[in-house]
Amino acid sequence: MKIDTEFNAKNLVPDTEAGEPAEGTVNRFDVEMVAVSKSYDGGARAVDEISLRIPKASYCCLLGPSGCGKTTTLRMLAGHEDVTDGDVLIHDRNVTDALPAGRGTSMMFQSYALFPHLSALDNVAFSLKLKKVPKAERQARAMEFLKLVQMEELAHRMPAQLSGGQQQRVALARSLITRPKVLLLDEPLSALDPFLRVLMRSELKRIQTELGITFVHVTHSQEEALALSDMVVVMNNGKIMQAGTAREVFEKPSNTFVARFIGGHNVIEFEGRTVSVRADKCRIVEAVGGRNLPATITSIEYQGPLVRINLVTDDRKDLCAVISDTRFFADPPEVGEAVTFSWMPDDEWAFGA
Amino acid sequence: MLNRRPLSYYLLSTFFTAFLLFLYGPMICVYLLSFQGPEGGMSFPMRGFSLVWFETLFSAQGRGVGDLHNSFFRSIRLGLIVALLTMLIGVAAGMSFRRKYPGSNFVFYSAIASMVVPGIFVGFGISLTLRLLGLRPDWWYSGIGAQLTWSLPFAMLIMFIILGRLDKSYEEAATDLGASSAQRFQYVILPLILPGVIGIIMAGFTSSYEESARAGLNIGTGNTMPMELTGLLGAATTPVMFAVGTLTTLFMFSIVIATLLVSGSIAKRRQLRLTAH
Repeated sequence: MKIDTEFNAKNLVPDTEAGEPAEGTVNRFDVEMVAVSKSYDGGARAVDEISLRIPKASYCCLLGPSGCGKTTTLRMLAGHEDVTDGDVLIHDRNVTDALPAGRGTSMMFQSYALFPHLSALDNVAFSLKLKKVPKAERQARAMEFLKLVQMEELAHRMPAQLSGGQQQRVALARSLITRPKVLLLDEPLSALDPFLRVLMRSELKRIQTELGITFVHVTHSQEEALALSDMVVVMNNGKIMQAGTAREVFEKPSNTFVARFIGGHNVIEFEGRTVSVRADKCRIVEAVGGRNLPATITSIEYQGPLVRINLVTDDRKDLCAVISDTRFFADPPEVGEAVTFSWMPDDEWAFGA
Repeated sequence: MLNRRPLSYYLLSTFFTAFLLFLYGPMICVYLLSFQGPEGGMSFPMRGFSLVWFETLFSAQGRGVGDLHNSFFRSIRLGLIVALLTMLIGVAAGMSFRRKYPGSNFVFYSAIASMVVPGIFVGFGISLTLRLLGLRPDWWYSGIGAQLTWSLPFAMLIMFIILGRLDKSYEEAATDLGASSAQRFQYVILPLILPGVIGIIMAGFTSSYEESARAGLNIGTGNTMPMELTGLLGAATTPVMFAVGTLTTLFMFSIVIATLLVSGSIAKRRQLRLTAH
């Protein structure tokens, strides 16, 4: 399904509002968080002094395990959660104490939160109704945004009559019609089945590119984050572990947590040093001039073009090698077999040390 | 038979049937006896069928038996006002619990506690206080007030159930889209809780209509329906009281049916909006 994307791209970008920096002022970041903390009732900090700058028109993913503070961070950006300490800036304007609707953000909720008593069209037109835009005009504009998400055919359905993916498109249109400078998405793909997830993922990226605004997307899926992001922010225990491009985070994880969480890495203690080695750079044959470790194969997962081999060392450390199917089937090893796990020194990453 | 029902099924069914018999059996007796022949008495056997006791009830411009005619309209008036106030205060109170505030637990438990205090003492206490203050009880303030002590806790509990099921993200989404708190209530919360609000009105009305323990001492001079009936029952010698029972039941059933029709038409209107397109 390819639609004509030219028809309204200009209408859909945010209005320039009064109160924004005058021309000539440097406006380098869409979102800035300065030493932002969140604690509930004086207890432990859910978010601990995080500082973050998201460049203009980026797709930014906040990635981390559950309870790491990523959703709280998003909700503080949206204004649905008070900031305990620090400042939040959107397009260089301090919005720390601004109302959710007054900060140029719009949030797409994990459950979509479509109003069940309103049709898809009325859901999208809701914010215009609040602004007392006449009915015909607001419905016409809502239809325009439903077209953007390819939902114009189902405009008159109620949310209960829509599938999860369709509901999400409506929720997206309802957020975008407010012309946000920054769209905030709380685990937008987690409720969808795997096939739809990949489809919607590219949809989100397409719409973000088309509108040229910043998307901040919370997820616990590293695959999603790597596939979508211009900028990945890995969080743990209320702190930012690493922020950078997807490639930086994957190739140069800043610590063992990031290396483990982002997946596809072996974190190995070898000759007194801790290094990470990408699983796809590891082999299960002895490497001449490489690092060799005796290990036993515990399981083999066939993944089509690749085969994942899980191993355990003599001192019970888990390892993993990902090799091509051609290489695997040339001489297939078996579960329980004792092999040599190896990698080349050039493929080691010592966490910047 | 693979799907043989366990013994407990038969035991519980028997128990439930007995329960239904105890619940509706006496009522059916009352309805039957209200059609007793003119020669018949207040118990079986039936001596023919007639509408003579209904005629007695409505004889002399409705003043055939006691002050039933007036007490009925007093009860309706009281019930409608109590229902309206219960709805307004109950919904507002329920909404206030959407956000925790200092002392919210105290407010909640003190409201619920009034449900377990015997009504007769609540009524007695109110009347005693009025006397201390030198006020004469009257239906429009102390009568309504006394009944609200009974209907409001129910309204609050119903609101808790309704609002407990209402996903908080609807409100957040509305806020995110720029709704003020008034708009949020008008466009999002109220439409979603409307069936429950109708339920609160009904609960308020019925709890007032049948209530006399609290209102009794505080209603002033005009008896309400349950008070009048209690008085009449003590001295009753003819089946005319059964006719009252039959009519009251019909009245309450028609209210229930009317409510269902209203709720149904709301649902239908929503359905129509779907199919219209």
